[in-house]
Amino acid sequence: MAEPTEAASTRPDPAGRGPAAHAAAEPAARAEALADAALAGDRRALARLLTAVENRTPVAEAALRRLYPTAGRAHLVGITGPPGAGKSTLVAALIEKVRAAGRTVAVIAVDPSSPITGGALLGDRVRMQAYAGDRDVFIRSMASRGHAGGLASTTTTAAAIMDAAGFDLILIETIGTGQSEVEVAAAADTTVVLEAPESGDEVQAIKAGLLEVADLVVVNKGDRPGAQRTAAQLRAMLTGSAPKADPPTAGDAGQVPGPPPRPRPTRPEVLITTASTGEGVAELLAALDRHRAAARDSLGAEARLVRAEAQVWAILGDRLRSSLRDGARRMATDEVLAAVADHRLDPYAAADRLLATLGASIGQAGATPTER
Amino acid sequence: MADRPLKVLIAKPGLDGHDRGAKVLARGLRDEGFEVVYTGLRQTPEMVATAALQEDVDVVGLSILSGAHLTLVPRITKLLRENGLDDVLVTVGGIIPDVDVPALTEAGVAAVFGPGTTIAQVAEFLRANARARE
Repeated sequence: MAEPTEAASTRPDPAGRGPAAHAAAEPAARAEALADAALAGDRRALARLLTAVENRTPVAEAALRRLYPTAGRAHLVGITGPPGAGKSTLVAALIEKVRAAGRTVAVIAVDPSSPITGGALLGDRVRMQAYAGDRDVFIRSMASRGHAGGLASTTTTAAAIMDAAGFDLILIETIGTGQSEVEVAAAADTTVVLEAPESGDEVQAIKAGLLEVADLVVVNKGDRPGAQRTAAQLRAMLTGSAPKADPPTAGDAGQVPGPPPRPRPTRPEVLITTASTGEGVAELLAALDRHRAAARDSLGAEARLVRAEAQVWAILGDRLRSSLRDGARRMATDEVLAAVADHRLDPYAAADRLLATLGASIGQAGATPTER
Repeated sequence: MADRPLKVLIAKPGLDGHDRGAKVLARGLRDEGFEVVYTGLRQTPEMVATAALQEDVDVVGLSILSGAHLTLVPRITKLLRENGLDDVLVTVGGIIPDVDVPALTEAGVAAVFGPGTTIAQVAEFLRANARARE
């Protein structure tokens, strides 16, 4: 049987889902219906909204407009660390403890997209499938879709939608990270960096990058030899001195808006867990709660501002790009890009020229962050 | 984004422990540009339906080698319908006797892929028959 056996009849097309109905449905009306349903606890509506967010459709934008004021109540926890450190297993173990405490939880698990084909294998659910019957657990896999930094470009928005849908805790699991994928720190209230035992000497612990943004450092696989020693080394190196906060660079003239600075965490706690047995996971949850309580002060406000900035900058960049590739401007944009490729124009001058072509429409938009 | 990838759930319901085929297919579809959610072995129908709902997949691909397809598949398609997922394309792969295919079709399965099916054939069928949502 080498050929697929096709069904005799074409699949039924439920009312309202045909292409014509789609085209006719106003995105705003559809967004409103989905948003209201998601707020009322409809998980399918929530799932559909998340798809719209991933695909950056007008429905997603309209729904976010409606849902964003409701968001901001959940505790957003980022879980990051190298591949194979046990992030998914730890998330599964955390779900169990959170549910035992009577709280609701949503998970966003990000895995990388292929830079070649755009395909992705999203395998984090494998370890989280025990909660199928529990409607207060919602797990969503996300492909990074070409975005570097450990998340997808739409992850923060997806988390906001889950937040609005009323989940108490939102766990954001990054792709397996190396040393510098620190983006999750801007997306989360609390950032947990996972390390495996014997994952490097003390010099690794004092390098800049991932460990610097940790609010909590967790040495997982605590039953392996070396876990205690790794934790001790991390404690010694990380608690020595917390780096000082950078001065804010938001709005600096001529600066490419890179990732905004992260408000300095205080000295991160170092914990040991064995996610596969649940050992130490209750203590981790308690530490998350402690961090949340502590972050209600100015540090938390600062972190929220950083997140807002990161989101708005990213969208601004997208909007700029798409308006420069739109209709009439497209040819002029392509010409400028070709000039850079041929070294007839330098990239900075090219960017200025493109910005100038947008000048008129930016002026129309009124006060903008770049106005000076 | 007009050309967004199709999202496919690959699940192994039931008790047999042979997931090599499912993994090869998951990997192959990844290489064909699909976003593949792999849920692993020994999935209950409830797990499959919940994952399909939460992930908002376009396709559910079930791999069954145990012979329990006539029990498992109708339960899964029924749960999918009850969850409002009647527009999700369901396909089955594995060891399925020809004589059982009509019953699976009756249960809402769009295609049965037996041994010898190539990844390219599966990919082509999914692209032609699954409707990507906006």
